[in-house]
Amino acid sequence: MSQVINRDIETGSPLLRDSESERAMLEDAAARVLARARAGGADAAEVSVSSSHGRNVTVRLGEIDVLEDARDRGVSVTVYINRASGSASTGDLGAESLERAVDQALAIARHTQPDPAGGLAPAELMASRIEDFDQWHPRELDMATLIERAKLIEQAGMDADARIENSEGASVSADAAIGVYANSHGFVGSGRSTRFDQSCVLVARDKSGMQRDWDWDDQGRFEALADPATTGRKAAERAVRRLGARSAPSGRTPVLFDNNVALGLVRHLVGAVSGGNLYRRSSFLLDAVGKRLFPEWVRIDEDPHLPGGARSSSFDSEGVATRQQPLIEAGVLQRYVLGSYSARKLGLQTTANAGGVRNLLFSPGTRSFDELVAEMGRGLVVTEVMGQGVNLVTGDYSRGASGFWVEEGRIAYPVEEITIAGNLRDMFAGLVEAGSDLETRRNIQVPSLLLDGMTVAGQQAEGDPE
Amino acid sequence: MLELATQSLLTPAGIDSGDLERALGRLVEGQIDLGDLYFQHRQNEGWSLEDGIVKSGSFSIDQGVGVRAISGTGTGFAYADAINMPALMQAAGNARAIARSGRSGTTAVTRAVHAPALYAADNPVEAADSASKVDLLRTIDAYTRSLDPRITQVSVSLSCQHESILVAASDGTLAGDVRPLIRLDVRVIAEQGDRRESGNAGGGGRYALAGLMAPESWQKFADEAVRQALVNLEAVDAPAGFMKVVLGPGWPGVLLHEAIGHGLEGDFHRKGISAFSGRMGERIATEHCTVVDDGTLAERRGSLSIDDEGTPGARNVLIENGRLTGLMQDKLNARAMGVAPTGNGRRESFAHLPLPRMTNTYMLPGEHAPEDIIASVDDGIYAVNFNGGQVDITSGKFVFVASEAYRIKNGKLGAPIKGATLIGNGPDVLTRVAMVGNDLELDSGVGVCGKEGQGVPVGVGQPTLRIDGLTVGGTQ
Repeated sequence: MSQVINRDIETGSPLLRDSESERAMLEDAAARVLARARAGGADAAEVSVSSSHGRNVTVRLGEIDVLEDARDRGVSVTVYINRASGSASTGDLGAESLERAVDQALAIARHTQPDPAGGLAPAELMASRIEDFDQWHPRELDMATLIERAKLIEQAGMDADARIENSEGASVSADAAIGVYANSHGFVGSGRSTRFDQSCVLVARDKSGMQRDWDWDDQGRFEALADPATTGRKAAERAVRRLGARSAPSGRTPVLFDNNVALGLVRHLVGAVSGGNLYRRSSFLLDAVGKRLFPEWVRIDEDPHLPGGARSSSFDSEGVATRQQPLIEAGVLQRYVLGSYSARKLGLQTTANAGGVRNLLFSPGTRSFDELVAEMGRGLVVTEVMGQGVNLVTGDYSRGASGFWVEEGRIAYPVEEITIAGNLRDMFAGLVEAGSDLETRRNIQVPSLLLDGMTVAGQQAEGDPE
Repeated sequence: MLELATQSLLTPAGIDSGDLERALGRLVEGQIDLGDLYFQHRQNEGWSLEDGIVKSGSFSIDQGVGVRAISGTGTGFAYADAINMPALMQAAGNARAIARSGRSGTTAVTRAVHAPALYAADNPVEAADSASKVDLLRTIDAYTRSLDPRITQVSVSLSCQHESILVAASDGTLAGDVRPLIRLDVRVIAEQGDRRESGNAGGGGRYALAGLMAPESWQKFADEAVRQALVNLEAVDAPAGFMKVVLGPGWPGVLLHEAIGHGLEGDFHRKGISAFSGRMGERIATEHCTVVDDGTLAERRGSLSIDDEGTPGARNVLIENGRLTGLMQDKLNARAMGVAPTGNGRRESFAHLPLPRMTNTYMLPGEHAPEDIIASVDDGIYAVNFNGGQVDITSGKFVFVASEAYRIKNGKLGAPIKGATLIGNGPDVLTRVAMVGNDLELDSGVGVCGKEGQGVPVGVGQPTLRIDGLTVGGTQ
């Protein structure tokens, strides 16, 4: 290895070295912004300030592809004058730039129209206690360490199978971020977190052609990351198992979504019950609270206080205190996903979801993925979906897919260039079983899900032996 | 352009050409093949209307400098979100970590690149005052609501961007560009009985704001959004299966962008991972097909006087009469493949690395009247509008999602059908183009292309096409 890394980049991260002084600087910037807004005639104002530092390394075929050092800061402010709002943002936290941003927001607020639903979230809902959810695990990692790890990941993948003949590379990144939110109720909240990520994309080839797939891990602690060789080998396995993919029989068939694709279904649910889509009447789930959307065994809970959770926080993006609360209980929708603006539009209370859901947990079942494949008997396992063919206004769902065809309870062959279609309302109601394989690395944690039936379209006729 | 970019980016920070050369010199210490500095200043202003009121407006300024050092095919990259010499020198020090030894380099930025002015000269943020932009949105809202009583929701948004960029590179390049970009969108919800459907339309480009504010422009968008929503109220379930597909002109050119455009970007060829790798000169389409990527069209959303590496925008022929003739390249991949850059080096911002990207990608017209093309199909669908698409570069499989389509039976258009995904294989799809229309259109200026997490504005276009076989993802 002839690589010599220059010293300059090893000087380390001020954000990691002294996060308290960085936080104090961000809080000071937030305070200046609010003071300027008040002095400029705003009745109310809110501000978010953030700072992050990331290092990212990509290695391809054993050589360095990209070394990146990313430092970002940003501020965004919204002011309200007689319930009319204006927003501005900038990446420069210098005093002059902050003042200019506030003045621009004020100028805009003098042109927008009063909005009866506008303004800050109610003062009495502000979080009074800000807890630590174990998200800060700073670790100074030099580029050489990241490069070494990326090489181990990729090499393990290249060595795993003779059919792995090319690579898009292995990446390792380390990121740290601090965020402050403050508003003119006097609320000031901050949070800090670290994330460590590794991934590998490999290309397999045989006489049928080329296939690409990947594996990844993402953790709050560096030590918790998967063994590098595991990530490389899994990427190789996933690429190789797609070789020789063909089309699938057209027709209506049971479908098993793996836990990665199943996550998408829960995201669509969250989108359809989110305030913005509801008050715009752009959802197929208007007036659905209290209605049974899923079979009785389905339960989905939100836990914004999950220790180590990627999105855990005591307050939402308006300062409202977050709380543990169910979304789906016994298959019934318990509530919408609202911030204060959409809540006022709908005549409801905010659910402390300004900025989206925090950590969601779909209660897993007891049987493994393989047992669900056996249960399905004949049908389609979906491991990847393509395209934006989800219409939340109607619930209509039509997407490109790839995965595996299942015969006699076992995987028969890989499939690609097919579509799966249905309506989300029917797909939710048609859940048959959840697997035990909860995907815990994401903030929305979902197991694999078996659906009773969707329409599959491919280039094989039903019953075609090929 | 270069003078304007210099005045806006370097003069306020007191940076002169000697400073640029000093920063590049720091960057190219050691075995660096190419170093570059990318200065950017971008203003964005947005207004949006909902429920009959202009309820929000936003303004942002982003500026900074991205510093890149290339050694072979490896890249060191750092950036600073302030433009001043200390920040520039620190970023240069971080970026050159890719270097293999510590020898001092020298560089001179003497090769000033001059490119034709392709865009309107005005800054759309300042071209009209806030009050007239707010009035415009309210006027569009009232007009749209008056079109049909079934329209229950209208939202309208206007965005104006003005950006200056300057590139200084160790190959001597010194180039600047000043790019306006405007866009107007109208979205509606129509309701009838239990049915509720959406429609949306919009457009823009690098032209003067006055053009977009003129009633004859925005009325088209409002009319179109309403028409689409009303058509969709009548839509029946789409068919499922492999069938003939006629694509309308204009935005359906997203087919070309996904099915072949991405697969002809130089990085995927340098790495050998495109489904088109190693197929230069081969026939990949019927002889009716000639496809170009053209950054030189005046005032188009995807156009570039110079790309983000200082290479002049160009018209590149990708497929000529069915044969693969050209790839799209940035400097890194062109150098590694021993070819010239093609004016396709683009980046979302100073905080992102350049990649080979499309500009305006379209197919040249053929000889058939569009109605003859429809009449030639016994059983299939006619798709005239799409949401967007996606492609797997390596397997070649791509999707695009129809938002307005009709059944064709016995050469006649039938009922509108619900939105459905169309899926195909990039290397095959153009070999199934049986007829090409004489009605080339470019899209109205709404495309955003995403690659490696970076979004850039692009254009697409095509004449009416008949493709003899795509899988349609309906439910029937």
